[in-house]
Amino acid sequence: MAKQIQSPLPGTFYRKPAPEEPNFIEDGASIAVGDTIGLVEVMKTFHEVKAETAGDNARFQAENEAPVMAGAVLVEMD
Amino acid sequence: MSVKVIKPGLLTTVQDLGRPGYFHLGIPMGGAMDRLALRAGNMLVGNDEDAAALEAVFMGPELAFEADAVVAVTGAEMPIFVDDEEQQGWTAFEIKAGQVLSFGFLKSGARAYIAISGGIDTPPALGSRSTYAIGALGGVNGRAIAAEDVLPLGQAGTSKTGATVPPELRRGPGSPAELRVLPGLYWHRITEAAQEHFFEDDWTVAPEADRMGYRFRNGRPLEFVEREQPFGAGSDPSNIVDGCYPYGSVQVPGGTEPIVLHRDAVSGGGYFMIGTVISADMDLIGQLQPHVPVKFVKVDMDTALDARHERAAQIDAMRAALR
Repeated sequence: MAKQIQSPLPGTFYRKPAPEEPNFIEDGASIAVGDTIGLVEVMKTFHEVKAETAGDNARFQAENEAPVMAGAVLVEMD
Repeated sequence: MSVKVIKPGLLTTVQDLGRPGYFHLGIPMGGAMDRLALRAGNMLVGNDEDAAALEAVFMGPELAFEADAVVAVTGAEMPIFVDDEEQQGWTAFEIKAGQVLSFGFLKSGARAYIAISGGIDTPPALGSRSTYAIGALGGVNGRAIAAEDVLPLGQAGTSKTGATVPPELRRGPGSPAELRVLPGLYWHRITEAAQEHFFEDDWTVAPEADRMGYRFRNGRPLEFVEREQPFGAGSDPSNIVDGCYPYGSVQVPGGTEPIVLHRDAVSGGGYFMIGTVISADMDLIGQLQPHVPVKFVKVDMDTALDARHERAAQIDAMRAALR
């Protein structure tokens, strides 16, 4: 089964640190433990989502600026 | 008699029923966003209803208990664990010294109340333990709890493990959540069309929503009745000569995104208010997640007062059920 990273919070998901900057992690890339994979914005603050497991071939399930619920799958990887 | 914070969650604060009486000085009442859930939690663990508990928004903390206690978690639904054993919400359960209370992902609602027998015994400020973070008042040194904090507990009363709030008395918002609004003093400032479409439109909770105010978006902008702005009012048509802001008042800066002022509200300012969310529905706002749909429903004073009585009766029924 594919490994998953879920959103710990409800809010708005961002794949990049700022609008003009590149994505934290590109689709297809590998993810290491502790990597920031995106931000969730809620209550006027941005929370970094960090990987607690490593994996390869990242496949993002949530789009940039998408509303997410707590527990929503943000990325799948092998 | 204490609890040690391992992980604080997102923004977990000590809250009781607040500190009324200082709003004229700019210090809001504060206290639990969902007062009914706080009362329920305290009843379940044998505390006075106004004892202080933890309000955890969107994400639960991880707490190590240094003494035996009875705990109840009310309000938002999230899986509750004592060590690895899952517990039921709205129900009193025992936790032993050395055990750890933790939570899974939020399932519904927004704020969970963690009531502990004896109550959180941080020092009161202006008659309340509620945390008003902007004013650095109450709670743990005026802030949200942090890892390594040790939260003192008061003297426990008597409680029954397994006591539970009957499901029909647990209140949460529906979908769309319906918030009843009584039009207010500045109602005449918007056009008849705007008065209608404010209540017709589907709004969604903005992610900025917090304890000060809940912001909504995606409805149509409000059009204002033209006038020459009076002396002392700002130039935008949504400006007024500064007025008092009631709890629950709905201001609409620029006519675009309504903001319902909540427990940590500012006490006054220069935005017109379309009306006020009725007191009976304020708790529901505290359980709204970002992006959920909301409808505003226009009511009159009689309906608002009836709803207030119904809500009081619901709390009485809870007291009777848990006696």
